[in-house]
Amino acid sequence: MRSDPADYQLIAPASLQAVVSLLAEEPGAWLPIAGGTDVMVLYAAGKLSASKLVSIWNLPELRHIEVLPDEIRIGAGCTYTDLREHEIVKREFPLLASAAGWTGGIANQNRGTLGGNIVNASPAADSLPALLAYEADLILVSVRGERRLPYLDFHTGYKQTKLAADELVQAICIPRRFSDYFSYTRKIGARNAQAISKVCIAALGRLAGGVVEEARIALGSVAPVPLRLAETERIVKGKRLEPPLLALARKTATAEIRPIDDIRSTMRYRSAVAGNLVAEFLERLSPGGPKT
Amino acid sequence: MTSSVENHVRCELSLTVNGERKNVRVYPMERLLDTLRHHLGLTGAKEGCGEGECGSCSVLMNGTLVNSCLIPVLQARDADIVTIEGLATGTRLSALQEAFLDCGGAQCGICTPGMILAASHLLNKKPEPTMEDIREGLSGNLCRCTGYIQIFQAVAEAARRRATT
Repeated sequence: MRSDPADYQLIAPASLQAVVSLLAEEPGAWLPIAGGTDVMVLYAAGKLSASKLVSIWNLPELRHIEVLPDEIRIGAGCTYTDLREHEIVKREFPLLASAAGWTGGIANQNRGTLGGNIVNASPAADSLPALLAYEADLILVSVRGERRLPYLDFHTGYKQTKLAADELVQAICIPRRFSDYFSYTRKIGARNAQAISKVCIAALGRLAGGVVEEARIALGSVAPVPLRLAETERIVKGKRLEPPLLALARKTATAEIRPIDDIRSTMRYRSAVAGNLVAEFLERLSPGGPKT
Repeated sequence: MTSSVENHVRCELSLTVNGERKNVRVYPMERLLDTLRHHLGLTGAKEGCGEGECGSCSVLMNGTLVNSCLIPVLQARDADIVTIEGLATGTRLSALQEAFLDCGGAQCGICTPGMILAASHLLNKKPEPTMEDIREGLSGNLCRCTGYIQIFQAVAEAARRRATT
């Protein structure tokens, strides 16, 4: 059943400080809403558990991209459009710019935020494998202060995160050390636009003297959380990308993931495609491999 | 529900719609789409899916394309909203509306207001779009009648006319 707006409170404080004070007064009672591309869908379906909402849309403290010498700090309230149009994001973080460009249609890119994608914590979220590959950190904020933690540790289970009831994601920090890496990303969905992924991948790699110096591989829609393939990365490190290694990488990747059957795809299909994507990344990374 | 409770949660807010300042008394979680249709009588924006997939409720908010079904009206406070009703000047249609007519870009009409606003947003950003730009710019707007080709042609035609006039 559709929700009745009379049953809900929504307020829009003018500052981040006022929002975190409110969250601290009644931890867990207030649901932050930014661009509404997830929250309003639940609301329309009558499935929103919170009845008190606090708008964080367009708070200046959250909608700002700061370029520092060794990292970029993306305010959690920046939209996909903000990311797609930012010169440094486009140049140095193509995995993130690509993911922003294939999240929903233009109207949703104008409203959906990177922080919202993180906190909504869908394993199918498009931008999250990129954040894993780029080794992002999150800055969380509350009246107690700020804390910084690796994004890799943020998701603890299906739709579960380390965010405390009185905290907000303030910013996403990404080190600027990957611009000379080979980057590879693909989304497999039912159609090119507006589709939620069946499997998506974001990967970075660098060779030195013909062997893999570093490979960073993250997948979406293959586990309860966006997943970094630590074991697959480990077995290719220091090796030449020859056919037996590619076969082993495919097998290792398939063993690392935990896909399920759901309305969008099946476990078998996801396993096969995830293996193919990992192999395709490594083929393109190899010397003389096809780069596009 | 008693009126005193309703009064407790309703709020007064103003927004500019198609160039006119409007004051409304609404629940803050009311969807902008409902405010436009039910309070302001602007029924051009349609409700298709009600979950941000189909684009038939598209409007421009502060110059940006949005799905009005996903916007709590409180977030539109003091915003500048343009709906399909705001594109024509008197009885003179906009270039996009003319091109949709000339190219057969509208059939049943449900998606058309959203298509035209998405196209308007695209042409404001990219006055000379490629066919790929047009396809991407309209990718959040679904049409079940035309097969899209006439719609893409209409947008390309509007861009061409704008460039030559």
